[in-house]
Amino acid sequence: MTLLFALVALPLVFMLASLAAGRRAPRLIWLCAPLMTGLSAWLAISVFEGGRGGPLGGWPVPLGIALEADGLSAALLLASAITAGITGLYALGAYGRTDRETTRSYTFWPLFYGLWAALNAVLVSRDLFNLYVAIELLSLTAVALAAFGSRRAAMRYLMIALAGSLAYLLGVVLIFASVGTLDITLIGERAGEARIPVLTGAALISAGLIAKTALFPLHGWLPPAHGAAPPAISALLSALVVKASFVILLRVWFEALPGLSDPAVTLLFGVMGAAAVLYGSVLALRQQGLKVLIAYSTVAQLGYLLLVFPLAGGGEAATPWAAGAWGAMGFHASAHMLAKAGLFLAAGLMIHAVGDGRIDRLEGLARAMPVTALAFALCAVSLMGLPPSGGFIAKYLMLIAALASGQWPYAAVILAGGLLAAAYLFRPLARMFAGAGTPELARAPHRLLALAPLALGLAAMALGLFSAVPYDLMVIGLPEAGQAGLEDADPGS
Amino acid sequence: MSHAFDLALCALILGAAVLAVTGRNVFGAIVFYVVYGVLLALAWLILGAVDVALAEAAIGAGVTGVLLIGAWQGLADAGGLEDEAPRPVFLRLAAVAGAGALGGLIALAVISLPGGDGLTLAVVDNQDRLELGNPVNAVLLGFRAYDTLLETLVLTAALAAVWSLTRTRVWGGVPGPGHVTRPDGVMASFGRLLPPAGLLVAVYLVWVGADAPGGAFQAGTVLAAVWILIVLSGLQDEPRLNSLPLRLMIIAGPAVFLGAGLAGAAAGAVMGYPDGHAKSVILVIEYALTLSIAATLALLIAGPARRAP
Repeated sequence: MTLLFALVALPLVFMLASLAAGRRAPRLIWLCAPLMTGLSAWLAISVFEGGRGGPLGGWPVPLGIALEADGLSAALLLASAITAGITGLYALGAYGRTDRETTRSYTFWPLFYGLWAALNAVLVSRDLFNLYVAIELLSLTAVALAAFGSRRAAMRYLMIALAGSLAYLLGVVLIFASVGTLDITLIGERAGEARIPVLTGAALISAGLIAKTALFPLHGWLPPAHGAAPPAISALLSALVVKASFVILLRVWFEALPGLSDPAVTLLFGVMGAAAVLYGSVLALRQQGLKVLIAYSTVAQLGYLLLVFPLAGGGEAATPWAAGAWGAMGFHASAHMLAKAGLFLAAGLMIHAVGDGRIDRLEGLARAMPVTALAFALCAVSLMGLPPSGGFIAKYLMLIAALASGQWPYAAVILAGGLLAAAYLFRPLARMFAGAGTPELARAPHRLLALAPLALGLAAMALGLFSAVPYDLMVIGLPEAGQAGLEDADPGS
Repeated sequence: MSHAFDLALCALILGAAVLAVTGRNVFGAIVFYVVYGVLLALAWLILGAVDVALAEAAIGAGVTGVLLIGAWQGLADAGGLEDEAPRPVFLRLAAVAGAGALGGLIALAVISLPGGDGLTLAVVDNQDRLELGNPVNAVLLGFRAYDTLLETLVLTAALAAVWSLTRTRVWGGVPGPGHVTRPDGVMASFGRLLPPAGLLVAVYLVWVGADAPGGAFQAGTVLAAVWILIVLSGLQDEPRLNSLPLRLMIIAGPAVFLGAGLAGAAAGAVMGYPDGHAKSVILVIEYALTLSIAATLALLIAGPARRAP
């Protein structure tokens, strides 16, 4: 319980400290990154041992607010601590100035810590209104950080994010008025048959969250915002921010209102996911700019997450392959966090070196920047779903679930998405290895920066190489619907 | 109160809302929005929700209105208020149809809500354990203190977001244009006369918030208004944004709140209060919050620095 609160409180302490520390604020990340990674690892161990959480302040639900971590939260907390920690260290390259204060070296840090705290708050919350406050903090910090790149794109992001928040809040009000509680577990017990207010509420909540997650067809704001932001910020937005609203979507449909997800609903989510995978990939293929390509890849990769709805059989229709599908979703979310952040950070170094964001200009970079190119390649392997990466385990489990449940169209989409990812990521990779000369490059702000994307790429590989432990973690506390399949699907081991 | 008054108020609220949404003139829309907020506060008052009425009047109509007027001024200065080409008719019709369908759906959902008073009984049964007579405050600083903690940090993050838009050259400088008024004019007299009264009201609002409508957010808004009045009357310029005391003032409230929440772990439950001392701890938190909320709101309205330090 205290541990869960500390995971939210600690980044908030650092947010306030960075506001007071002035020009010395950048140094705080050296303390925060290891502390948060350690705390998250500790939480993962305690979840393995059966720890879950409980109500805050000694006020039991529905009066108070409960914090709780299941296996999925613990896994995502750890993956996001690694991603945010490494990205924060990388950001020292751009916002690490300590000789005097500047607008960016001062304001980046409170926004960064606020974003981290909000993400953790979403991952441990069991209360629909508390989740609203958490995603408000998340959206606000994310929009402000996106404005470091393009203010126009950030403004568009703000409008979408606010509309999404309003829809979500309206839905929460309707559900609270119907069942008299905001606690997700209690809603699951009381919602019973789908009445009109609960249905309307669920629809509004879903629409809001889909917009915030940039799930197809409400993805239009993502590529400009993520593509134009500075690399460390693109990494935070693409790897972490969009996952938070997706996790709430899961909690609502699988845990709060499992009775609502009949086949029509899971089919709708499945079709949206499949369309995102194909559409995002095709558009990624057509981009000339490296960062916009990676941003479109996020649109595609987010689509895979939605496939958990049809593959796990929705909320109540317990299927033997549900555990596998749930684990696949967890693997995909974690692997995408690590690999996508790594890709953006590597791309940032390359673009800084050649002074141009076009893919055509990457020629020969693999010889001039071997470590960065290796990091890019490792992350790309995970996104394509090739062994031995975490992305491979995710797509393998998804494929098994699709075939076992006889939903072969999804299997075809998963395979096609992998091939398309290989195609769009091969373009920049091929340019890096093309030619014979070694290009002249601008010096990186610091020569150790290339280690950040490399560490993320290696972490994505490690997730695949040692997949048994994370899999066992992710299926702990699985929504009841999925538990039937635990014995049947045990991959990797 | 007769039904005629209620009906007239509803009609006025709807009318102000429609005018705010449909107005072509941005400034006019803002004015109707503020009117709408005041009418809404009146409606909350009639419904007996005095706390909500206070918040709506202070923050919904007051602070938001001032922020919107500031945004309007900024837009006008940047030449962003020139007439846009009207959107195609079919697009506007589609928007009307969409909004109408959504409104109808929500109305249907609201009509079919089962009765019930939510958690009111549970709050009333438990508020004595916090030694608070005001159930709203018991929820905000007791049962759901965690939400309130995060909300105060949303405000702090918003200020960081505004500051992130500062031009590099003037970082750490002074916000706003700097006001000069006649030393014996109306504005300057107001600037001398009202602040002591405002200060007293703010201190009282926090104190009374334990047992009656009031609290840190309302008191912070009053103090922020005092701040703005002093700046407008030219008695004191806005502070430099790189001043450490100012920054400590901004983080004091959230820091005390966060510290009390963590200290609760020692007393048995995080975000809990020690038995028998709940009210005193809550008052300390609220006074610290009032200070920070006042500074944060005033600086949000002042905007990013515009003059070099």
